[in-house]
Amino acid sequence: MLKNVSLTIEPGDFISVIGNNGAGKSTLLNTIAGTLPVDAGELTLAGHRVTKKSVAYRAQWLSRVFQDPKLGTAGELSVAENLTLASQHTGSMSLGLYRHAQQEASYRQLLATLHMGLEDRLSTQVKYLSGGQRQALSLLMATLSQPDLLLLDEHTAALDPQTSAQVMALTQEIVTTHRLTTMMITHKMSDALKYGNRLVMVQDGQIKLDVRGAEKDQLEQNQLMKLFAE
Amino acid sequence: MLITSIGQGLLWAPLVIGVFITFRILDIPDLTTEGSFPLGAAVTVHAMIQGQSALTATIAGFIAGCLAGWVTGMLDTKLHMPSLLAGILTMTGLYSVNMHIMGKSNVPLLSQKVLMDRLPMSWTLDGQTIGIGLIVTGVVMALLIWLFKTRLGLSLMATGNNSAMSSANGIHTDRMVIIGYMISNGCIALSGALIAQSNGYADIGMGIGTIVIGLASVLVGEIFLRGRQIWLRLSAMVLGAIIYRYLLTVAMGLGFPVDDLKILSAGILVVVICLPLIRNKYRTRQQLKRYLKQIGVEQNENQSISSLKRPASTEGLLSRDPK
Repeated sequence: MLKNVSLTIEPGDFISVIGNNGAGKSTLLNTIAGTLPVDAGELTLAGHRVTKKSVAYRAQWLSRVFQDPKLGTAGELSVAENLTLASQHTGSMSLGLYRHAQQEASYRQLLATLHMGLEDRLSTQVKYLSGGQRQALSLLMATLSQPDLLLLDEHTAALDPQTSAQVMALTQEIVTTHRLTTMMITHKMSDALKYGNRLVMVQDGQIKLDVRGAEKDQLEQNQLMKLFAE
Repeated sequence: MLITSIGQGLLWAPLVIGVFITFRILDIPDLTTEGSFPLGAAVTVHAMIQGQSALTATIAGFIAGCLAGWVTGMLDTKLHMPSLLAGILTMTGLYSVNMHIMGKSNVPLLSQKVLMDRLPMSWTLDGQTIGIGLIVTGVVMALLIWLFKTRLGLSLMATGNNSAMSSANGIHTDRMVIIGYMISNGCIALSGALIAQSNGYADIGMGIGTIVIGLASVLVGEIFLRGRQIWLRLSAMVLGAIIYRYLLTVAMGLGFPVDDLKILSAGILVVVICLPLIRNKYRTRQQLKRYLKQIGVEQNENQSISSLKRPASTEGLLSRDPK
């Protein structure tokens, strides 16, 4: 449950959201994405009022990486097909053919930036990839449409520590090169402090702390721990 | 006997393709089939008796099926009913609709020219059936192969596979599900239209058991032809329809009464569902055996190497070896 939440995300922000279990981090994210309806209040995305719009409609401006690697990709479809789906968040009713050799070359280039050997597996069904590969692919897919806001829902939580660090580094790289406005939920306080220019702490459905820039840089882990305990 | 099965199988193929679209692409068991199949037959026969050409009547049957699919799709997506219930409701409602269209429970075609009569009269009856079956199934397959190469087709497949991911990527999943239901039931009604023309009548009871026939044919086809490409998967459906018809013809040849065919159909479905399970179990066991054997071989090699280097210390290894 969220109460009296007012949050303005500036273009270029990279926000880390932290909070206890059940504090409302995921609720906040799901409300923005449209999977949860709002009872009262208003939500605008890139200047458009989307308070009552569907998930698919909001996808024009949004991209999302889920916590579960299986959720972010279609397992039965190939790597290339997944990328095609993600490349445009409109025109799903189009009767144009979707396979182009030219496009595949650009996919190969993009996949090479992940350093996971996926560039040679364009026609592999995604269900045969590892969790880390699937999550990296999800991340790439989410950024392909150049969204106005990228939502990361504890996207490294289901991975082993090494892969998790790898995906996190990749996230940082992609977000900075494309200058994506990002909102990331995380359980790891170290990640929250290390990445992003803004930190938001959610507790009991309200925003308890919202710091940015130099103020955030000065923040330390034990200070955060204290705030958690309050 | 085989020739007749091929002809009949080709007429049933659109039904199997329709069931494939809901069952395999959208991952929905759609019971509307039992109503849309006789709907296609009823609309076509009625239109032909009213003086429409066989082609127009068949297309009308197809469109009626699409509408039936639209109803189920709306019940499923907009009213959030479980898809099984949505199908049952449409199927039940269609019984009355079909009775109204036909006026009585069995309507025979009289002197009307059916699609099969368009082919040269010199052909045998089986030849005409196969000819029409090939043309119609060929057109349906060609259109669907094209569809699944478009963005719309890709969105359909994604929706059936992972709807959360699809909507997050801007696909209106409700629309996709409705479109899938419409295409599927259109194909099923088309099959009903062809069967009615081949039999020479439409009957209110002709839809009973069609979902079992469809599912069994889908599974039979997939046993014989496997692959990921859409043309291969659709060809498997046609093959499944033909093999299934052949099985029924063989059973009838063995003296099974017509009334027992339904229980036979159900039995075939049970068998084809179980067959892949048993086959997987067998395969896993074979793989395990092969793996163990491989390890055994490696152990032997290790032994021979170690026995060359350290002949005195092989006791432990030997004692583990059954030889």
